[in-house]
Amino acid sequence: MNDKAWLALEDGTVFAGRACGAAGEAAGESVFNTAMTGYQEILTDPSYCGQLVAMTYPQIGNYGITARDHESGRPRLSGFIVRELCKTPSNYECVESVGDFLKKHGIVAIEDIDTRALTLKLRDQGALRGVISTLEGDHRRLAAKARAASSMAGRNLAKVVTCEKIYAWENDISSQPDLHVAVMDFGVKRGILRCLAAMGAKVTVVPASTKAADILRLKPDGVLLSNGPGDPEPVAEAIETIKNLLPERLPLFGICLGHQLLGLALGGKTYKLKFGHHGANHPVKDLETGKIEITSQNHGFCVDLNSLPKEVKTTHVNLNDGTSEGMAHSQLPVFSVQYHPEASPGPHDSRYLFERFRAKMLEGKEAMSR
Amino acid sequence: MPKRDDIQKILVIGSGAIVIGQGCEFDYSGAQGLKALREEGYETVLINSNPATIMTDPESADRTYIEPLTPEYLEKVIAAERPQAVLPTLGGQTALNLTVAAAERGVFKKHGVEVLGANLETIRKAEDRQLFKAAMQKIGLDLPRSVVVTDATDLKPVARELGFPVIVRASFTLGGTGGGIAYHFDELRHRVHRALEASPVKKVLLEESVIGWKEYELEVMRDRKDNFVVICSIENLDPMGVHTGDSVTVAPAQTLTDRQYQEMRDEAKRIVSEIGVETGGCNIQFAVDPRDGRRVVIEINPRVSRSSALASKATGFPIARIAAKLAVGYALDELPNDITKATLACFEPAIDYIVTKAPRFATEKFGEFPLDTAMKSVGEAMAVGRTFKESLQKALRGLESGKKGLEGREDLDDETLLQRVAGPSSARLYHVATALERGLSVERIAEVSKIDPWFLNELKEIKDFEKTLAASPLDAEILRAAKRLGFSDAQLARCQGKSEAEIRARRVRLGIRPSYKLIDTCAGEFPSSTPYFYSTYENAGDFLPAAAGKKRVVILGSGPNRIGQGIEFDYCCVQASKALRELGWQSVMVNCNPETVSTDYDASDRLYFEPLTFEDVMEIIDVEKPDGVIVQFGGQTPLNLAAQLAKARVPILGTQPAAIDMAEDRRLFGAALKKLKILSPESGIARTAAQALKIARRIGYPVMVRPSYVLGGRMMEIVYDDAALLDYSERARKASLHPSLLVDRFLADAAELDVDAVCDGKDVWIAGVMEHIEEAGVHSGDSACSLPSHSLPPSVLAVVREHTRRLALHLKVRGLINIQYAVKDGAVYVLEANPRASRTVPFVSKATGLPVARIATWVMMGKTLKKLVPPAALKGAEPPYTATKEAVMPFIKFPGVDPRLGPEMKSTGEVMGLDADFPRSFAKSQEAAGLSLPTSGSVFVSVRDEDKPVLLHVARALRQMGFTLVATRNTADFLERYGLPTGRVAKIGEGKPDVVDLLRQRGLSLVINTPSGKRARTDGYSIRRTALELDIPCITNIRSVNAAVHAIAVLQGATMSVKPLQEHYKSLPYPTQAGPARS
Repeated sequence: MNDKAWLALEDGTVFAGRACGAAGEAAGESVFNTAMTGYQEILTDPSYCGQLVAMTYPQIGNYGITARDHESGRPRLSGFIVRELCKTPSNYECVESVGDFLKKHGIVAIEDIDTRALTLKLRDQGALRGVISTLEGDHRRLAAKARAASSMAGRNLAKVVTCEKIYAWENDISSQPDLHVAVMDFGVKRGILRCLAAMGAKVTVVPASTKAADILRLKPDGVLLSNGPGDPEPVAEAIETIKNLLPERLPLFGICLGHQLLGLALGGKTYKLKFGHHGANHPVKDLETGKIEITSQNHGFCVDLNSLPKEVKTTHVNLNDGTSEGMAHSQLPVFSVQYHPEASPGPHDSRYLFERFRAKMLEGKEAMSR
Repeated sequence: MPKRDDIQKILVIGSGAIVIGQGCEFDYSGAQGLKALREEGYETVLINSNPATIMTDPESADRTYIEPLTPEYLEKVIAAERPQAVLPTLGGQTALNLTVAAAERGVFKKHGVEVLGANLETIRKAEDRQLFKAAMQKIGLDLPRSVVVTDATDLKPVARELGFPVIVRASFTLGGTGGGIAYHFDELRHRVHRALEASPVKKVLLEESVIGWKEYELEVMRDRKDNFVVICSIENLDPMGVHTGDSVTVAPAQTLTDRQYQEMRDEAKRIVSEIGVETGGCNIQFAVDPRDGRRVVIEINPRVSRSSALASKATGFPIARIAAKLAVGYALDELPNDITKATLACFEPAIDYIVTKAPRFATEKFGEFPLDTAMKSVGEAMAVGRTFKESLQKALRGLESGKKGLEGREDLDDETLLQRVAGPSSARLYHVATALERGLSVERIAEVSKIDPWFLNELKEIKDFEKTLAASPLDAEILRAAKRLGFSDAQLARCQGKSEAEIRARRVRLGIRPSYKLIDTCAGEFPSSTPYFYSTYENAGDFLPAAAGKKRVVILGSGPNRIGQGIEFDYCCVQASKALRELGWQSVMVNCNPETVSTDYDASDRLYFEPLTFEDVMEIIDVEKPDGVIVQFGGQTPLNLAAQLAKARVPILGTQPAAIDMAEDRRLFGAALKKLKILSPESGIARTAAQALKIARRIGYPVMVRPSYVLGGRMMEIVYDDAALLDYSERARKASLHPSLLVDRFLADAAELDVDAVCDGKDVWIAGVMEHIEEAGVHSGDSACSLPSHSLPPSVLAVVREHTRRLALHLKVRGLINIQYAVKDGAVYVLEANPRASRTVPFVSKATGLPVARIATWVMMGKTLKKLVPPAALKGAEPPYTATKEAVMPFIKFPGVDPRLGPEMKSTGEVMGLDADFPRSFAKSQEAAGLSLPTSGSVFVSVRDEDKPVLLHVARALRQMGFTLVATRNTADFLERYGLPTGRVAKIGEGKPDVVDLLRQRGLSLVINTPSGKRARTDGYSIRRTALELDIPCITNIRSVNAAVHAIAVLQGATMSVKPLQEHYKSLPYPTQAGPARS
């Protein structure tokens, strides 16, 4: 067979499998995702920039790729790892197979490897750098390449995936918007933009490097700090921007990387989790209502809530490992969550947060008009 | 919210006998629920009529009522126990219906009992189609268009509105009974009539057809704080139009995008909140139009279900256990996830494998038959694999229906084949396989069958690989690829023209062995400490070592339920596991039946969810290296493997395969009986029809004939003459069964006995002697029986005991043996002996208060009976009360089948009546079996000539009790000749009204009809069938009539009372503590 492929990890482990995407070689940090549906959203989520994503669900691609479920213009992850990729997808919305999609976008992918064995390794040892290759199978050379791959820590990946210039998000939701939200794009998912539009906002997306003054010039009713890939600390410009936005008493809503950047802007610290949270079944408790929401998660870093000033309260907790999942400022109209209320993929339990954001913006508007 | 402390005592309602549509999954859920409640310190009371359950073990609940599941008996239990609450959501549709019926009589209000889990309004909203429709419309959900009718008079406009085909559903029935699909007007009228008769509330829903749409199920849970989680999604391979219990189903859903799935989840959340499922599990079914994604809600079950049992096994999430805890006030985030121990129950399981469930049909009894919306399968096998292909092939070989995987059937021409692919049937999947083998395109098959192309392409991959296999040498690469597609050694052997042993040897040599992975609820995200395994062919297994220094025993389970091998055997396996664990040994369970208690991760130390084939079992044994393997509890399934296992030097615990052989081999067994001077009916083995005739003539007609090596008396018949015998041997040949036929003298009008005993090599403990109600000739699994014997003299019983003792010792039994006897004219004949657990072991255990299977296990572990069994019991002391077992038949599900008893077993389950004497216990057993004996009215009598003397006596008794007699001319003349006034009714075809008309007009309250011996479709058939469909008691056996008459006398005279097992046991002449703890 000439379609062989290998996955090598920095610790020297090599999995032999079959190529199921583009030919070539791709390096990155390997992570696993436990979502059973939503591979298309994962493939196109800019937050996976720089990563090799292994799906724990073994049969991927069953419903192919649809026209409506892209989270960005193209796949941003470095490589894709599955147990078996479906060549003959079936769904009335399907436009192409995942294999064709990956090839079209030059994404290297491997199938037919023991993804559970890989998952247990990543669980026990933490995220490992790795390389997928369809070019060579020499274990030592591959392991060296894996070790040469750059780590997520210390890299400003938001810069890589953010938009080049300000743009208005076009959507097909017909109702007349009554609010204006500026979205700081650190690698924003379209799911967030769709949710904002659905709650009645005009949406303007700005690059990660946009200065606070430039954002304020847009006269938004609130600013959404988007999700994005990797380590928050190197995204220094954005932290500065957020710091400058805080005194404006403008409602801010942070999601995932946006949450971490907000944490840093508020004077807190972030740290790297052993293997991160990547899945669509994490239970999170809203400490205000006591209700549990099943959430979609994708992050390798986390805000240390103890490092924050006392005005910042924990609002949400992950029930699996007790980590903090959300915070709110007691004096400022500022709040954020570590997980993904827009879901895509995942359960829609947390979409109420967009309504909370909306309420804060309406409050702010009212205060202004008084 | 912590648990509620305003309630202390909770009544749990069981689901009664195993019937099609309601299997042993409710023993699993009930047993789990009881355990969960007791853990919380609640006092538990149980009512369930089914003795073959773990939940009715005296140690499962504080007070155990084996009583009929009727509102009257439920009220008696409530009055006696005064519980503060009742939990009806673990006992299936039976428990829900019983709860509604009792509530309507004001039982709960009167006694101040709160209904937990689902309140009455919720049950009504979910079960009443009109209320359900209104509720769904209120929250804006889409449903198939529908109309409710309460009579069949004006169906034309309805049919116009909905268009054909029309789906017919009867309200408040289980397993879709009474439902069906109407393709034209006459059929519609006919089906509506039937559904009205089936529906206890006389309401029928007519619905727009969504046949051919994709079918999905969600298993969800909700707590009092409105927390909501989806435990599992399920996608059916068979499109809409087939009952989900009859479909091949797959978890999780395969062909929905995340958006499509999440929208379904959102709807499910709104549904449970609108219906008001406050605490517990719930099952919701959806249909999706494959052309445009239109999604409609089909139905909801506000309780645990067959699907929730499947979902529990598929994910490791114990739905029933958690449901019980939610019902007493806990919230999901207050309960731990028992599998990981590290996380909470409030989450949605992520799985990293594919689960396939395949239905087991009783095709060997009822042939290949079409499927519709009324469930017809009798059991199921579940399998787990890393791909659908692997799990499907494992599930199919787990069915033990002759197929070693996805194998076609080669006996159809192309045109017939395409028809069989188009219409759902009990064998469609195999027809689809054949179509693929013959090169029909996926598009064409999808077009006619409406099976989603995704599934068909997966099937095609298997079939395509089979072609590769036939053409290439079996090198390591091909072999490994084949195993990853789920091919069994047996299948590979067939493809390659080799023996299974050769394939296995090569595989072992090449080091291609399965790895065992964990079912851990979280796709490996968290470490799990529960050893719940499945096999797959991957790089690495999950290492979870067994406890060191402990002896380890593998228990082989009984696989999918089928007629002749049901819950009774699972009960024994679970008991064996308990026995091992009590003595500090480790139990390792192997089974593939998701409905069972044995496949609960809690029931053993280590669980392997695997098919019970030699290949799969041997791989586990190679990994586990057990000190012993138990084969005598899982019915015929493990017993069939015993010889092969012994040959592979696997240590078999208890009776050795050579001894099993001696009992099973006719010649050896005959010789043993001769040596022991024990009588048996004259018999012979025939290899040809001519030989059979010769034997029959020598023995004299009637003779009992059957093929060698069959289960549940398959094709066992009583034959009265040469012509019938020739006809029989032709049919046996066509059914391609074992070529040799056993021909036995049939002992007409003999009494039959079943004996269960345990032998330790030195002593024999006669655990129970049961006397059948029906005469010999009715399969023991189908006959009612009583313990103690109700009619035989002590002298005969003493002979039976002595024979049992000598036979067990002679056969070198270590553990259980079941012997069947016939008693004719005072002489005792041995019919057969089986050195294994029998179907009656749980019944005997409940009746005697002694854990028979556990004692047998301890014997197999080397303990002696003297140390295990109370001396009085060992000497033969019997209970002072009577327990009667009655079989429950599936005839109503199979239109056209004659509802009569015979030598071939057809029952699916059993109930037990327990009371002070035989008539009372018999009356209860009939009531529990759903056969309400009347205390007044008209009785139609029609019996074969041989039964006339007894009839006279019975008819006189009925007259005296105030019944009116009705008969056709000849019988009426006969009765009047003896001074019994009898009303006359026309024979069918000899004027109006005839008997069937009279039945339809509800002019009869009891039918006595004993069929004549010859096989003929006579009036008798129409009478029996009509009575069955109208739910009018019909007794087809003269001895049962006699028992019924005594029972009716009791029912007329006294009110029945209830008593828990724990109280009954106090009257026993021996203590019920048994086991090593005794000494």
